[in-house]
Amino acid sequence: MSKASEQYLELYRAHRDAIDAHGAPAMNALRQGAAEALRRAGGFQEKGDEGYEKTSVDGMFAPDYGVNINRVDMPADVSASFRCGVPNLSTLLAVVVNDRFVPSSTLLKNIPEGLTVCSLAQACREMPDLVMKYYGQAADISDPSVALNTMFAQDGVFIHVGKGVRSERAVQLVDIFSSSTPLMAARRVLVAAEENSHVAILKCDHTQGDEARCMSSEVVEIFAARGARVEWYDIEESNASTSRRHQLFARQAEGSELHICGATLTNGTTRNDFRIDVDGEHAVTGLGAMAIGSGDQHIDNSSVIRHAADRGRSNQLLKYVLDDCATGAFEGSIEVCHGARFVEAYQSNRNILASKGARMHTKPQLLIYNDDVKCSHGATTGQLDQNALFYMRTRGIPEDEARRMLMQAFMVDVIDSITLEPLRDRLRHMVDRRFAGETAGCRDCKSSC
Amino acid sequence: MNNDKIDKNNPGQTSPADPKPHDGNRSLQDSRSSDADLLKEAAESDYKYGFVSDIDTDIIPVGLSEEIVRLISAKKGEPEWMLDFRLRAYRYWLTLTPPKWGHLRMPEIDFQAISYYAAPVKKEGPKSLDEVDPELLKTFDRLGIPLQEQKQLSGMAVDAVMDSVSVKTTHKEALAEKGIIFCSISEAIKDYPDLIKKYLGSVVSYKDNFYAALNSAVFSDGSFVYIPKGVRCPMELSTYFRINASGTGQFERTLIVADDDSYVSYLEGCTAPMRDENQLHAAIVEIVVEDRAEVKYSTVQNWYAGDKDGRGGIYNLVTKRGLCRGDYSKLSWTQVETGSAITWKYPSCVLAGEGSVGEFYSVALTRNYQQADTGTKMIHLGRNTRSTIVSKGISAGFSENSYRGLVKVTPAADGARNYTQCDSLLLGSDCGAHTFPYIDVMNPTAIVEHEATTSKISEDQIFYCNQRGIPTEEAVGLIVNGYAKEVMNKLPMEFAVEAQKLLQISLEGSVG
Repeated sequence: MSKASEQYLELYRAHRDAIDAHGAPAMNALRQGAAEALRRAGGFQEKGDEGYEKTSVDGMFAPDYGVNINRVDMPADVSASFRCGVPNLSTLLAVVVNDRFVPSSTLLKNIPEGLTVCSLAQACREMPDLVMKYYGQAADISDPSVALNTMFAQDGVFIHVGKGVRSERAVQLVDIFSSSTPLMAARRVLVAAEENSHVAILKCDHTQGDEARCMSSEVVEIFAARGARVEWYDIEESNASTSRRHQLFARQAEGSELHICGATLTNGTTRNDFRIDVDGEHAVTGLGAMAIGSGDQHIDNSSVIRHAADRGRSNQLLKYVLDDCATGAFEGSIEVCHGARFVEAYQSNRNILASKGARMHTKPQLLIYNDDVKCSHGATTGQLDQNALFYMRTRGIPEDEARRMLMQAFMVDVIDSITLEPLRDRLRHMVDRRFAGETAGCRDCKSSC
Repeated sequence: MNNDKIDKNNPGQTSPADPKPHDGNRSLQDSRSSDADLLKEAAESDYKYGFVSDIDTDIIPVGLSEEIVRLISAKKGEPEWMLDFRLRAYRYWLTLTPPKWGHLRMPEIDFQAISYYAAPVKKEGPKSLDEVDPELLKTFDRLGIPLQEQKQLSGMAVDAVMDSVSVKTTHKEALAEKGIIFCSISEAIKDYPDLIKKYLGSVVSYKDNFYAALNSAVFSDGSFVYIPKGVRCPMELSTYFRINASGTGQFERTLIVADDDSYVSYLEGCTAPMRDENQLHAAIVEIVVEDRAEVKYSTVQNWYAGDKDGRGGIYNLVTKRGLCRGDYSKLSWTQVETGSAITWKYPSCVLAGEGSVGEFYSVALTRNYQQADTGTKMIHLGRNTRSTIVSKGISAGFSENSYRGLVKVTPAADGARNYTQCDSLLLGSDCGAHTFPYIDVMNPTAIVEHEATTSKISEDQIFYCNQRGIPTEEAVGLIVNGYAKEVMNKLPMEFAVEAQKLLQISLEGSVG
């Protein structure tokens, strides 16, 4: 049994009643099973384990973090993050401080009929059957990180889109870490889009202040029913003292569409898992991710898209630019199950190493159990095109600027996969700013949003 | 110690669908009586090397212990330092557990149920072919190995390894004139101890992995090649491996050293009789390439793959690695894998010398219940090192075929370049084709590219062939051969013909 998991199991044993008392019945129901699963697993994944070549999840959980079991109110400067809203995009805004859901006045005022965006604990109390139908159904509890999250999650975000409801406005979730002591927050997001509904969710991660270490354990479950369309955009702008273990599990029914785009701009240590089960025919899946690393940033993305039904289409595009001593890792796989015919699945991973100390590990994988498929993957790791750089310099563009422009151009196709135009422009701006060396976070922000 | 006499009249498995016992040597071409029989024939009578030779075999008791390791060493009359090497490896092996990470369904191997030494009994070491057991020569005749003196004109030097012992090396004198050493590794231990001490275990240490430790402890023979400075080996060197006795494993060890400015092309072929039980083959191949030298290593692996229901067959768990130690050295691996119930191997190149080049060309065909997890490792240590990987996987029936490869560019490998292409072709909806590439880049001046595709043969291509009067079965053979051509072209001529035939035979009956 690893020390990291031992300390959490110990904490759970000691405070089980308090966790339950502040939690909701639907969430409490899964805790004991989760604790057993973690005990059985004997610890989190270590660096070098299959699928975890460069990231030690055990190491991420190992520091002695506090857990806010008794739901002590921790103040956060919400307006600082709110300033980072997307211009020209009116959204339904909600804030998650550590793991506590705080709705904004615009959300309560503008929420359309058929769309629910609320605290997960509240949803458990008000519509237990609906929550029970989905909660913990997609996430794989045998994974030790999911088990830990399930043990400690007391609140989170619940988004439900009723049958045929098409939300004009995007839902924006601002996740803020705010703590003066080291803190581990178990965050949970549950998204259920019923038949023929449509919702776009925009989520950004921030850490306020960098005096304390933070650990975000987050499990997101997305259910796209028949004909539903879900867009999920996730931007991380945390700091060097933040660790993020993010796991997204999605289930897609017939004819559904799921578009995911993740961006890691500033962070400490990040491991993102995307696990998408395509269970229905004619489903479309898009996964885009970009990572810009400098300093000692560590960014690890892992994806599994499992096609279990005929005529699924999926496309993955992941791009990394790594500078200084940043390390990047990508392990992705396309699985086509026995009997899933006419599947088209593509995966592409392109990386640029901009300095001597930067490291990139890539493992794109194909697991194909059917012959009637078209699948491919490609991966490259290299540097900026020297000819292009030379060309720009002959036109009088200084080398630094030319490099920056080329890196911005390199990221453009991930950004272009975003369908929300204002968000696309905003992200382009953020990437430009990031390459210009301006640190993220509102305190140092020079942009005038 | 047993002297087992193996029954010639029981050449392996009799299928219930086929009342006649298999004649392993039957040519497939002859038996094409009608189209209806074709599938059946192809599925059942394909392994023409599945005969057992009637040769007295000296087998030591099953099981593995320090005494057995000492016994093997004593039987081979080895010096003390060699025994020490084996014992170190054995003691280390005891601390290990078999690896599990392969994409394979492999039953536990009982390492105490295997006999670790089986040698054809010989009275005295044969001086000429006249003294070699005629049954043994017949065996190699059936394999089509030009071991006989009259066949020496075909210009290939052959070292034949039967079960675990090297039985005859041809052309030895002609090679000796040029200073080339080509002999069995046990001879080399006696005759060239300095070379063996210097190079044995220098590329694949006994600590490398479970099967490398096992091999280092119990290896009984293999080939040793040394090409002196500036010598271009005038002929292809070739080894044929054959597991004959039942209940034995084969643990051969090959060591090739190419000194500065030399060149050698080395071929390896493998066969085994058809048996119900699984047999273990855990070999080590080590290659050292010095400054500006070039080694080309080609394998056509056709171990018995088990019957159509997946019974029997060889477990081929091999560690192959070459060290391009010298500047501007080159190592090229070419493999055609059609046999073995389980193939688990990664011929690798450690590119340490500046400007050294590693190549890997592979065709792996699996069918019935065969499983293959194979690929390569390219480890770039030196500046301006280059590597190319071309892997073609073909899966049919209920088989599983995985490519697993590592490309690693270390911080010192400025200007390293790698190109990897691995394609998979699926024939039938019950098989699996998988790709697991590992790419680690630690240098910003490196360029690493990887591409992989998986698909089936397109109906358009088949239709086009059909239109021109080519039946579907032949069309598939034609397309697959075209698909594998890029790799086949890298094989030496004699092997290319054999490999192409092998591919054709293996494919038949796979088209559904």
